[in-house]
Amino acid sequence: MAKITMREAISQALWEEMERDPGVFILGEEVGVWGGTYAVTKGFYEHFGEKRVRDTPIAEAAIVGAAIGAALTGLRPVAELMTINFAFSAMDHIVNEAAKLHYMFGGQMVLPLVIRTPGGGGRQLGATHSQTPDAIFAHFPGLKVVAPGTPADAKGLLKSAIRENNPILFIENATLYQMKGEVPDGEYLIPIGKSTVQRPGKHVTLVTYSKMLPVSMEACNSLAKEGIDVEVVDLRSLRPLDMDPVLESVRKTNRAVIVEEGWKSFGVGAEVASRIYEDAFDDLDAPVKRVAQLEVPLPYNRTLEKSAIPQTADVIRAVREVVQ
Amino acid sequence: MDKKKQVDLFMQMVLIRLLEERAAELYQDGKIGGFLHLYIGQEAVSTGLVAARQPVDRVITAYRDHGVALNCGIEPKVIMAELLGKATGTSKGKGGSMHMADVSKNFWGGHAIVGAHLPIAAGLALGDLYQDNKAVTVCMMGDGATNIGYFHEALNLSKVWNLPVLWVVENNQYGMGTSIERASAISMMCKKAYGYGIKTQRTDGMDVVSVQKEAERLFDEIRNGSGPQLLEAITYRFRGHSMGDPERYRKSDEVHQWQENDPIGIYRRYLIDNDIATAAELDALEDKAGVEIDAAVEFAESSPEPAADELFKDIYVEETGEVNHG
Repeated sequence: MAKITMREAISQALWEEMERDPGVFILGEEVGVWGGTYAVTKGFYEHFGEKRVRDTPIAEAAIVGAAIGAALTGLRPVAELMTINFAFSAMDHIVNEAAKLHYMFGGQMVLPLVIRTPGGGGRQLGATHSQTPDAIFAHFPGLKVVAPGTPADAKGLLKSAIRENNPILFIENATLYQMKGEVPDGEYLIPIGKSTVQRPGKHVTLVTYSKMLPVSMEACNSLAKEGIDVEVVDLRSLRPLDMDPVLESVRKTNRAVIVEEGWKSFGVGAEVASRIYEDAFDDLDAPVKRVAQLEVPLPYNRTLEKSAIPQTADVIRAVREVVQ
Repeated sequence: MDKKKQVDLFMQMVLIRLLEERAAELYQDGKIGGFLHLYIGQEAVSTGLVAARQPVDRVITAYRDHGVALNCGIEPKVIMAELLGKATGTSKGKGGSMHMADVSKNFWGGHAIVGAHLPIAAGLALGDLYQDNKAVTVCMMGDGATNIGYFHEALNLSKVWNLPVLWVVENNQYGMGTSIERASAISMMCKKAYGYGIKTQRTDGMDVVSVQKEAERLFDEIRNGSGPQLLEAITYRFRGHSMGDPERYRKSDEVHQWQENDPIGIYRRYLIDNDIATAAELDALEDKAGVEIDAAVEFAESSPEPAADELFKDIYVEETGEVNHG
């Protein structure tokens, strides 16, 4: 086990898969000469060359569209979108093409495609560059949506994603790139579409993913001192959504809090809460509680922005309310 | 091109014409649902282009795709079955008129969002360049597609990466019901490629010989590393944009004038004048095509509906590992 950053974990996954399979290549804005705007692909251009590390124009539809076409020829492109906010410029290709082609042509077309992109707020980038629109993408059958919250999961999930023959949106979080975590040595894969218990507990189930995982874990450590033992279930993939560990946990704790960075309306929490009500209503001792971003476009001002994004204190408060 | 192949092009165009006419009837009978965009009048464009390709070359087009599908080697009965939503159709009845494909014949669809298939075409060409396949991707689009952003992103990328792609604008004068003069800043579609340093060519899209000749030269140049090129084919659709088009945007005189330039009539005269076929031989082919389309309709009508469990099939690929497109 080595302790490495999320950035290093993602970079390792890419590097290892490119070494393993000559059909894997990277394309996107500033992935090559620049070394990646978040330095994830630093050194790749020098090592793998411009054929396999392709700088593109700033044209997201062209990036995703070209990745789709190349995937159809049997290659395994990993397209990078500089932020998930720019994915809207490629929305048509993600949801109308990538998510549909296999089904719509009766299974003929196969797309081994990964689109990597960081999302999330908290960096004073203003309303257009700070969004967490994960739920929108998870809405579409045909697309898989993965969003890891630890370096170990990021590495194992990305390697699985690259080897899979489906279009996958791999959502990273820009504020987690520096976060360190234990990563197993050597080759390993984490299956896509499997939630996992990141922290066992007995009083309340906390369901979360991505950036809100470390935020929630911090809250749990604090709550433990008050004698509240929280079980944390990390979704890891939003589609397919694996509810089994969530339901199993709720049947044990009889209480649930869902923590997400995105807006509450029509969000991940809304979906998870509905499924808990549908499948474990009789097990609940209290209404399900949601912690989510306040319903505003994120402002630039540091204090205002922070007040709109769930913080550790918000999670602590919500858990206390549910266990009372 | 040998005589047999020349006569075969005539047969293909007649088959498209008859298939489309029958499709229109079946649509009016309520047997075909959704939208139906007919290729009547434009047969020479796709027929000439596809005749010029080699099997390794990929074809991709927009939603007016039945004719292209036929030219690529999909049997009329399989096209008809897809139109009727049957399990035996090109896409197992799940694609419909606008979403036909046969990957084994290097026909990559059938894409119904205007212009969205252009970046995908660039990607197909990138895949061939990357794998050193010596293949060309031919991407057909309507004139309307030149006004959407995808056109510009895709053309730019194709030139930046020197991709082996032939862009073909089928200029049928109207994007739905809006004439090119009312929708496009310039009327010569090919000029739009100048800004990307892409070589262009215009051709008479009602003349299959002209289209085929130009396309052969362009395929050859692109295969030998010229980078992307653009061909504008001047053509006309004799029917509305889709079934149910009230056609308030054009006068019947204009339609009749173009109909005198019927691509099938032009080619028929060419074959006779050049002693490639006799009128009697061509008449016999038309009869044969009629029989084939009758059989296609019969096949489609008697084919089974997709099974109920087909609904949940092919949303995802279950297995990982090597992709083999056959």
